[in-house]
Amino acid sequence: MSDGRDRVLARVRRALADVPRGERPGDVPVDRSYRRAHGERTAEETVALLAANLAEYRAVVHRTAQDGLPGLLRTLLARRGAASVLVPAGLPAHWTAAVDARRVDDLAASTARELEAVDSVVTGCAVAVAETGTLVLDGGPAQGRRRISLLPDHHVCVVRVPDQVVASVPEALERLDPRRPLTWISGPSATSDIELERVEGVHGPRTLEVVLLEVSGTPDAATHGGG
Amino acid sequence: MSGTQPGTPAFPEAARDAVRDGTLRGNLRHATRTIRGKRARAVAELDDWAELRAAGKAIKDRTLRHLDHYLVRLERSVTAAGGTVHWAADAAEANRIVTGLVKATGEREVVKVKSMATQEIGLNEALEAEGVRAYETDLAELIVQLGRDRPSHTLVPAIHRNRGEIRDVFAREMAAWGRPAPDGLTDRPADLAEAARLHLREKFLRAGVGISGANFMVAETGTLVVVESEGNGRMCLTLPETLISVVGIEKVVPTWRDLEVFLQLLPRSSTAERMNPYTTMWTGTADGDGPRAFHLVLLDNGRTDTLADEVGRQALRCIRCSACLNVCPVYERAGGHAYGSVYPGPIGAILSPQLRGTGSAVDASLPYASSLCGACTDVCPVAIDFPEVLIHLRERVVQGGEATRNGVRVRLRPAKGHAAERAAMRAARWALDHPAALRAGQRLVSRTRRLHPARLPGPGRAWTDARELPEVPPEPFRDWWRRTRGDAR
Ligand code: SF4
Repeated sequence: MSDGRDRVLARVRRALADVPRGERPGDVPVDRSYRRAHGERTAEETVALLAANLAEYRAVVHRTAQDGLPGLLRTLLARRGAASVLVPAGLPAHWTAAVDARRVDDLAASTARELEAVDSVVTGCAVAVAETGTLVLDGGPAQGRRRISLLPDHHVCVVRVPDQVVASVPEALERLDPRRPLTWISGPSATSDIELERVEGVHGPRTLEVVLLEVSGTPDAATHGGG
Repeated sequence: MSGTQPGTPAFPEAARDAVRDGTLRGNLRHATRTIRGKRARAVAELDDWAELRAAGKAIKDRTLRHLDHYLVRLERSVTAAGGTVHWAADAAEANRIVTGLVKATGEREVVKVKSMATQEIGLNEALEAEGVRAYETDLAELIVQLGRDRPSHTLVPAIHRNRGEIRDVFAREMAAWGRPAPDGLTDRPADLAEAARLHLREKFLRAGVGISGANFMVAETGTLVVVESEGNGRMCLTLPETLISVVGIEKVVPTWRDLEVFLQLLPRSSTAERMNPYTTMWTGTADGDGPRAFHLVLLDNGRTDTLADEVGRQALRCIRCSACLNVCPVYERAGGHAYGSVYPGPIGAILSPQLRGTGSAVDASLPYASSLCGACTDVCPVAIDFPEVLIHLRERVVQGGEATRNGVRVRLRPAKGHAAERAAMRAARWALDHPAALRAGQRLVSRTRRLHPARLPGPGRAWTDARELPEVPPEPFRDWWRRTRGDAR
């Protein structure tokens, strides 16, 4: 094993004989004059762009104020005929207070088989990217392990607007912690492998619904994680 | 690296067969044109594309020039995050490491995310030989695997199959691999995808070991990144107890922040989307989320030989978006199989002969499998100068010269017995049989000549010196060909 290591590193060093000895990695210039974000937008316009881009990639987008959320989630699950709903730790209890479906907790001991038998999952997110129509989950409160947003066929993701929305990929990376396991989701699972015809849902959820939850002022404890 | 299959025909022969296959040509033309148009629109959305591309190129150049530094850094970060790093100088070593790791888990089957590195080293076959069955889980790879076929495109490997053929493959083969196709399966893409979903879900849920590649590895943090669409990647990366990633050493990027460049360049260049449906990022192992054991196998297999070539080195900047395939007039007609390796199209034409050397007929002919039209360079998100590398490699085939093979500096002799010149002539004849490819080529050869005034005369002269038709040159070759052969096509 270490044998391979020495061999490969020695080859790399020999291959780079043309690189001057004194050159440091930072001496190779990287011009970062590309944009941090594309276009000027108000916070509201950024949220609108997120909604439009999510919809273009066939996520179903809803908007609600805080007090409308329990009713909306109830409706979304009922419309799917969901008998059970997967709930990650830290999801504010009142979000699913009105839901009829049986609640299933995301426990460390649950097997993948058990979780895949659940009809729907409701999660929050860490950040959403407007320019690309992307939701990022980082395993934090209300988001759960990576597998829970993968196995059920129906994922409802709640995004607090405007505070969880950023304009661009560079702004999103700035906010994220690389030590956490991250899942970036842009629209439902899809393939174009058969004659380039787009088909939703090969392995991930076939339906992705996004709830843009309007939060006025600074986020409070009721909506930020713990609930 | 594992060489070409014995008896793999040189590019022109393989291409000739492909060109005769009407279905393949039709599928390819439809596919490449569709993606090409969409890509242009996706790129036009970002008014700083030129700056992003320059940054992507520069980050990769910085990485390559200091690759030892970044690999050591990466190893430290991955180890600190609970992963184990292995180093493999060649395909055999990589296969040995992976096979050993799988067998140590006691598992007899693995689920795989599509990965060119594992295809390159022939991992599935190596596992099979040790009694371990590898299931490909990407839909296109599944189609290829069930059809006992070879992938023909980096991004859409089953692009050469139409829906009727896919239906037949599923109906005939699925039962032997696990859950059979549903009775009365139609050829609707949605039904075919559903059949694949059911067939593979069963495998995901019981898999103990997942095997993947990676699109990027971040030296600073030890984070690996896999970009995909279907969710099969997420399944393989998060459900098994053990995850083994086999990744070429050139896939490292220095910092977390660098991902902001590549996550903008890659999806738009590749599938022409603003962002691909799923991206998974993980750093070592995480408590209670995902695999409990993570192994990273860093693969050389000819990459350091490529690195040693100051002109050819830039091929290692490639982020495997496949944009160059979709604009290539030669690829569009010849299809991916003609390139005789897992890397088809323009990138295959410059990467394979560097990874494997130019000893075989196919590898000696690959630098000629191009019309030098430069369309690939225009779309490449990391600005690889294809004409420059192609001409450099042609020179090596024809004239010989210094090169590094398996880490050792060697002097290559001109290809023996006029093999090179035959390869060149056959490739040229092939291009002449395909006027659109040639026209594009001629236009841009002159363009390249302006760009490389010092370069072309060398190899160009060598080619003329070597060829068997000394009476031709005063007249444009194409005109001569048409005059003497008539308008054959
Ligand atoms: S060479 Fe450039 S265009 Fe071709 S696959 Fe690689 S990155 Fe993409």
